[in-house]
Amino acid sequence: MTFLEVEKVSKSYGSNKAVEEVSFSIAEGETYGLLGPNGAGKSTTISMIVGVLRPDSGSIRIGGRPHGVGNNATKAQIGFVPQELALYPDLSAWDNLMFFARLYGVSGAEARRRCGEVLELIDLADRARENVSAFSGGMARRLNIGVGLLNRPRLLILDEPAVGVDAQSRNAILESIQRQAAEGVAVLYTTHYMEEAERLCDRVGIIDLGRIRAEGTQRELVSQVGEDDTIVLSLSGGTERAVLALKKIPQVREVSTEGSEVRLLVRDARSTVPLVLETVADSETVLRSVEVREPDLETVFLHLTGKALRN
Amino acid sequence: MRAFLTMVGKDLRQRSRDGTLIVFALVLPLGLAFLLNMLLGGDPEEDFSARYGVVDADGGELASMFVEDVLEPLEGEGILELRTFASEEEARESVEAGEIDAAFLVPDGFTDDLHNGDSVELRVLGDVDSPDEVQVADGVAEAFAAEYHRVELAVTTAEPSEEERAELALRAAEAPAAVRVVEDTDADWRQLDSPTYYAAGTAVFFLLFAAMPGVVSLFEERRTGTLVRLSASPVSTLGILAAKLASTVLVGLVSMVILITVSTFSFGAEWGDPLGVTVLTVAMVLAAVGIMSAVAGFATNAEQASSWATVVAMLLGLLGGALFPLANLGGLADLSYLTPHQWFLRGLSDLSTGDGLGSVLLPVGVLLAMALAGASVALYRMGRMLHP
Ligand SMILES: Nc1ncnc2c1ncn2[C@@H]1O[C@H](COP(=O)(O)OP(=O)(O)O)[C@@H](O)[C@H]1O
Ligand SMILES: [Mg+2]
Repeated sequence: MTFLEVEKVSKSYGSNKAVEEVSFSIAEGETYGLLGPNGAGKSTTISMIVGVLRPDSGSIRIGGRPHGVGNNATKAQIGFVPQELALYPDLSAWDNLMFFARLYGVSGAEARRRCGEVLELIDLADRARENVSAFSGGMARRLNIGVGLLNRPRLLILDEPAVGVDAQSRNAILESIQRQAAEGVAVLYTTHYMEEAERLCDRVGIIDLGRIRAEGTQRELVSQVGEDDTIVLSLSGGTERAVLALKKIPQVREVSTEGSEVRLLVRDARSTVPLVLETVADSETVLRSVEVREPDLETVFLHLTGKALRN
Repeated sequence: MRAFLTMVGKDLRQRSRDGTLIVFALVLPLGLAFLLNMLLGGDPEEDFSARYGVVDADGGELASMFVEDVLEPLEGEGILELRTFASEEEARESVEAGEIDAAFLVPDGFTDDLHNGDSVELRVLGDVDSPDEVQVADGVAEAFAAEYHRVELAVTTAEPSEEERAELALRAAEAPAAVRVVEDTDADWRQLDSPTYYAAGTAVFFLLFAAMPGVVSLFEERRTGTLVRLSASPVSTLGILAAKLASTVLVGLVSMVILITVSTFSFGAEWGDPLGVTVLTVAMVLAAVGIMSAVAGFATNAEQASSWATVVAMLLGLLGGALFPLANLGGLADLSYLTPHQWFLRGLSDLSTGDGLGSVLLPVGVLLAMALAGASVALYRMGRMLHP
């Protein structure tokens, strides 16, 4: 059953069209990923869905009911984890949790029980009485996520929750999100990390410059790229000149760079690799490594936008 | 309602841990009131001695009665020094030169008019720099007026018929005092005694500073990122903002109650009729929060809000005569009525001479109007912060 329906929402800041006619829907128990680089419009989209920002146009429905800034009944069903930490540093973890629980109408013994549960889940039970200002970045991130679970939401919205978290915490976070989805919660997850989207999301919307460029399961998206493969080169020095030369090879469809890493989208890796190696050798740069990859979401993004997810 | 109380409780908890707030709301006002009172205040009842003038333009029997039976005995007791002037102009010059504190003006026809049952004016011309002496002069004139009214009634009702008696009783009940005292002073308000003045002045001066953490806390919520959680929560915008204002009002009330209590017991401030003071204080706190939150509403971040609010609190406090008496302001004195401080202090002094709650209705009304105007602006501006 569809739980969240977003229909053609748009939002501009002056002449900057931050979000343009974005539409998608999420079913109960489904995890939907919005994958896009910084500035793509992910957070703006989310601000409208959680009822912080009024869309310029378009509509949102939650559980079949109209939803917006003033709809407290539908707002109560959303669990929200903002991209920026949203905690009171001068209060303890416990006081933060109790405050937000009560704000959602959960109080008394029930509130204490849920705060206890959440603290276990985010592995902070033994630090509950400490002020948040004393927390490490990773601990604060975990608490930030915990707050979003207090109201037992039917729609959980997380805006890049795993940024700035160590690998172990990130695993724990992704696992707890998967558990929520398994219990029937609709999850909206934004990220600019392809790996997170691949691991977590049933469906992915690829967003860039305020528009959703493509949407579907990973398999569907990757099949859009057709037979293209990705060649990843690691170079040392002289990258720019190498890229110029590589772009001239007819079989190379797209080239993107990220630091010293160069990604090529090519029609047929087997026949193209020798040409690529030759070109690199001619361009006075040292080749550190070459890797041929099956198409992935990163490839899809490159294919759609001609640029890398991260830059 | 539960969410509202939760937000108020959370804000109060944060405020209670704010050391700067405690300094501004309690330590500074008490310290300063104590200091000012010690340096500048004197006990007005100690060695009270007034220099009064009298102009008897009437020369009649009742005028002489006022001078001989009321003023001269007081002179005999050393409470006042009396000089006689031939004309109002002479008396006025003397008041303005500071040679005397106040002059009583008995108008021509005073005795005859009173005998004819007309009402007359007994005027008191006061020196703005001698508020206490002017107040005493007023009291003397009022006492004479009240006394004369009773005497006159007794005289006119000697041996009337039943009908006349009833009619006279009716007329007596309706009639204003025959002698009306008109204070003619350039002082804007009758001043409070100095411990009360300094306690009240510093209390309201710092009240606006005590409201600051509350009114900038919405910016603080934006800095900590918690503002978006509030905006996303199932609580109305009005509820969120009302909670902010309510917790700020509570902080202001608590600080005022503490200041009133401590100043009463530690250096003898006399705030006056408890009910009147309570109503006046609540109105003042509401006005302070309204004005300060409106100022903050126009800022774009916490730093800007704080600095604007500081400037406004300083200006209003100084202009409102909260730290030094208005007489020192000269031509700016009229502007002081733009400040809540002035209305609060005026209310307190009205309370000290008037009859309870009724005497502070105007100041309370003005303060509540300021509160309402400020809160409306703040709600409008800050609502846009929650949902841009
Ligand atoms: N408050 C704002 N005022 C003006 N422009 C904004 C604001 N918030 C976001 N933008 C702009 O809108 C676009 C989308 O931003 P955002 O939704 O934050 O992207 P993302 O979350 O995908 O990184 C960007 O161009 C950004 O600069
Ligand atoms: Mg973002």
